[in-house]
Amino acid sequence: MTNPAMTHSVIQRERRRHYWQARLWHLPVWFMAVLVLMPVSVIVLSWGDAQTDIWQHLIQTQLGRLLENTLILVVGVGLWTLLLGVSLAWLVAVCDFPGRRWLDWALMLPLAVPTYVVAFVFLAITDYAGPIQSLWRAWLGPDVAFLPVRGPLGVVFIMTCVLYPYVYMLARSAFIAQGRGLTDAARLLGEGPWGAFWRVALPMARPAIAVGISLALMETLADFGAVAVFNYDTFTTAIYKSWFGFFNLTAAAQLASLLLLFVALALFAEQKGRGRSRFHQTPRRETQRYPLKGVQAWLASGYCITVFVVAFAIPIGQLALWTWAEGAAALDSRYWSLIRHTFILGGVAALATTLLALLVAYGQRLLGKHQVSGAVRLASLGYALPGSVLAVGIMIGFAFIDREIINRVQALLGLETQQLLVGTLLALILAYAIRFFSVAFGPVQSSLERIRPSYQEAAHSLGANQWRVLLRVYLPLLTPGLLTAALLVLVDTMKEMPATLLLRPFGWDTLAVRIYELTGEGQWRRAALPALTLVILSIAPVMLMIRQSRLPARTATTLSSGSGPKP
Amino acid sequence: MKQLTRTLIGGLLAGTTGLLLAACSDSGDQGQAEQTEAKPTVTVYSARAEHLIQPIFERYTEETGVKVRFITDSAGALIQRLKAEGSNTPADLLLTVDAGNLWQASQEGLFQPVESEVLERNIPDHLQADNNDWFGLSVRARTIVYSTERVDPSELSTYEALADDQWQGRLCLRTAKKVYNQSLVATMINTLGEETTEEIVSGWVNNLATAPHSNDTSAMEAVLAGQCDVTLVNTYYFGRLQKDNPEVKLAIFWPNQDGRGVHVNVSGAGLTKHAKQPEAAQALLEWLSSPEAQEQFAEANQEYPANGSVEPSDFVAAWGDFKADSVNVESAGRLQSDAIKLMDRAGYR
Repeated sequence: MTNPAMTHSVIQRERRRHYWQARLWHLPVWFMAVLVLMPVSVIVLSWGDAQTDIWQHLIQTQLGRLLENTLILVVGVGLWTLLLGVSLAWLVAVCDFPGRRWLDWALMLPLAVPTYVVAFVFLAITDYAGPIQSLWRAWLGPDVAFLPVRGPLGVVFIMTCVLYPYVYMLARSAFIAQGRGLTDAARLLGEGPWGAFWRVALPMARPAIAVGISLALMETLADFGAVAVFNYDTFTTAIYKSWFGFFNLTAAAQLASLLLLFVALALFAEQKGRGRSRFHQTPRRETQRYPLKGVQAWLASGYCITVFVVAFAIPIGQLALWTWAEGAAALDSRYWSLIRHTFILGGVAALATTLLALLVAYGQRLLGKHQVSGAVRLASLGYALPGSVLAVGIMIGFAFIDREIINRVQALLGLETQQLLVGTLLALILAYAIRFFSVAFGPVQSSLERIRPSYQEAAHSLGANQWRVLLRVYLPLLTPGLLTAALLVLVDTMKEMPATLLLRPFGWDTLAVRIYELTGEGQWRRAALPALTLVILSIAPVMLMIRQSRLPARTATTLSSGSGPKP
Repeated sequence: MKQLTRTLIGGLLAGTTGLLLAACSDSGDQGQAEQTEAKPTVTVYSARAEHLIQPIFERYTEETGVKVRFITDSAGALIQRLKAEGSNTPADLLLTVDAGNLWQASQEGLFQPVESEVLERNIPDHLQADNNDWFGLSVRARTIVYSTERVDPSELSTYEALADDQWQGRLCLRTAKKVYNQSLVATMINTLGEETTEEIVSGWVNNLATAPHSNDTSAMEAVLAGQCDVTLVNTYYFGRLQKDNPEVKLAIFWPNQDGRGVHVNVSGAGLTKHAKQPEAAQALLEWLSSPEAQEQFAEANQEYPANGSVEPSDFVAAWGDFKADSVNVESAGRLQSDAIKLMDRAGYR
């Protein structure tokens, strides 16, 4: 220590070590970016081959209507998920009324039901031949028109039912995190309850709400199941038509890349619009809700219960009825293997994707936002593509690696050449990771961001050693985010259809695969049993997600009481 | 922070590995079973659903000891997978519905021709590829189904006649996005020419009682409920409805009996270009065309056997005999994109 030259060299060495360690964190970020880039570039490269014929036909006959339909859908779903999601979240997070405790988690449940399932159940109930319209005709005569279900109205309705939980979930956490402090302050300063909501609570929750809506809209744009059931033509149906009708994957990929461009622009606009407005709140200690009384309380209960019944209870009830009517004939041993496969794939995908999200989020934190933000944003694009298009992009990418790299190495080593990626579990899990990365990244990143360096210092200065800091500070703060991420990916993976169909190994049929096979043959009622099972499997993770988000992070609260915005 | 990340990552890694191991052991017992069996395993990519093919493959394994493994997906996706995999593909057979899909796979060079006396004897010429790339295994008829309460069969005659004014507001159709309708229109282009066909399709669209349905079953349910009086469906969808409710107030009408006959399509299969077990796969294909397998293959989905010497099941035979359009089903594939464009122009969604 006394020799200055030696100290210098030690410092140098330490510096270099740190430099390389920091560099190392580029690895996961770029791994993920390249992984997502693979299918995306397969899609974008399609422009190398002009498809004048199909484009001319599309522009002449349908493009206008497709764009109009897609716009109606995006605006409709955006608006309705915003209204439903925020109002429900506000009631549940800030007010108290009869039934609030169970509605708190029950309102999340529609997330467990795949869009394609809700769509076919609802159309069966509400279409001309269904019970509602039959009753309508019996009461009012055959000439009184009913709502046009198989049009924009029906599709927007279905999508809203399934997708509002994204907005609800994120807005709810934001409102809970705000607590009452600032709203109370606003009210002390003379605002009415509505004024306090509009001017304080809502603007502060805006980033969370925006994330929720962008998730919902990305799913809307990528959806094929619901629009196919309603025969509602959107950009996605045009993609499928080019592929399966014209057998022109190139044109399909070109259309898909346009869709990708829309999404990228929308994400960009959202980032810009949010600008520098960032809000930080002090973690609150406990909730003091506004108790609603009399008519107000019953209105609140009635409203929440109606949403729950329409978006969840009715479709599930219908599925249960069909399952009952079909009997348990399908419940053989193969059925249990479907459940097992669904669960294993979901579990592995959830763990792997969360791990990747954690590595990328941590890398981004260490390296500084700007250095890798492009790569991170790129890695999030997988969610916005229609599942089949992404799946085929992934498959073409993996098949290429198999052929051009792995086979050559195999030949070099004198081994039998065979595929190591396509048709294996590894490829399927990577495909899930590509698709659902952005779903996992959000919660992980935000929980990591909440850990301020001051926490660690504070804990150390209070005499806690590294282990204690780890166990008592970081883990409690990270766990909710990691758990939310893993559970969301679990639920999404179990529902996932196109990539599972295209990339699964032999014998790895899942519940979603079975639903596809039955509904593809038009056997909706027989599909009720696997659909119901899928929903039941998904309910547990969704409930777990809500439970853990209800618990305040106690350690954080006690450590950081009174601290200001983060550095 | 570093330690924490290490622990967390370690935990996640351990969990992932554990689940992967569970996953591997899950598929492991299959691998062992294959090893003890000296006979080859035939690999099939199938666009025909699992419940329709699993029983018949099981029977083949019972009779011959040859194992059959398969995955199911839509035809377009499987064709794409075969293309991407190239010579790496594990698939020996591609089994799919609709001649359009088979024709496309053949165009893409994914099949190799099969020279087989057995297949030539069993499958009539108009139900197989000219170049022997693929062979039809079952026949599906797309025909008119009408309400027995509101339609007298004497009102019905041909597909074309459904474009007449008397059917204004009485017709329901499945979406033009379904390949069955694309094939129907493609064969109409083949026989009637593009101009006439477009007039007819426009007439259909004019007569629609409601926007096209997403599947045959819901179109028939709309007829039952009184929203419309006639629709076009594949017979096996009607068969399912009839099985559930023998008294259903719908009936089948065979159109164009004085002319070209009822539009039929096939489900069929071909040997892939890079098949690893070509002999075993051809043997399976030949067996599937044999009288004993044909019966079960067709009956599983209430279709008609492709092998002319095999009678359809009693249930199906009860719908009556009909004259089928004998135009080679390949034309459906060749003209498919023309048909889609025509339907787009006519506003048939």
